[in-house]
Amino acid sequence: MRISVQEEPFDLGVEAEEFAKGADEVGAVVTFTGVVRDSDAGGMQVMEIEHYPGMTEKALTQIAQEAVQRWSLGDVLVIHRHGRLRPGDRIMMVATAARHRKAAFEAAEYLMDYLKSRAPFWKKEISADTADWVAAKDEDEDALSRW
Amino acid sequence: MDILYFAWVRERIGVPRERVESGAATVNDLVAELRAREERYEAAFADLSALRVALDQELSDFDAPLEGVREVAFFPPMTGG
Repeated sequence: MRISVQEEPFDLGVEAEEFAKGADEVGAVVTFTGVVRDSDAGGMQVMEIEHYPGMTEKALTQIAQEAVQRWSLGDVLVIHRHGRLRPGDRIMMVATAARHRKAAFEAAEYLMDYLKSRAPFWKKEISADTADWVAAKDEDEDALSRW
Repeated sequence: MDILYFAWVRERIGVPRERVESGAATVNDLVAELRAREERYEAAFADLSALRVALDQELSDFDAPLEGVREVAFFPPMTGG
């Protein structure tokens, strides 16, 4: 299991390759990558991501451990960036390894649902003349109830 | 204890963290003490339903006791992913 909260970019290919290596006990590897998208209003130049050092790592570890237990994962990877990002930048990724694909997909969805509303990150969308904090969506909170 | 603020809570209060001497029994009591201090706290804590609280880096509730707690953090609902 690896959890990384980092400012610097990550190489999707390298991370996926490293993760899939040594997964000889598992039959399925799923990766999900989140990309910074423009604000709904358009014109976003920078997405600033703030986090709570210490709690972030703890929360991500707890979420990942829960996923490992629930779906008997062989391995799990969570990378989440903070700092100033631009549209198109890769913001985060998760990878799960399991014996069967259903477990790997479900665990990845579980990680994403919990990461959205239980990991202490906050996003600010900055354009030429506005700077707005992204509000949490009710549907993100509701998504947790299915687990 | 140390009190930390994040995102727009930090912006409204004007500092990311501060040390506060308080005898508050619960988070709600602490919030009441802070609100009585200055307008900027009143502005930040006006609507508690828009806020979350963590005690020693674990998500908690406003009616939770503060005994033994070293770090309290206030922030808006999280937007990770």
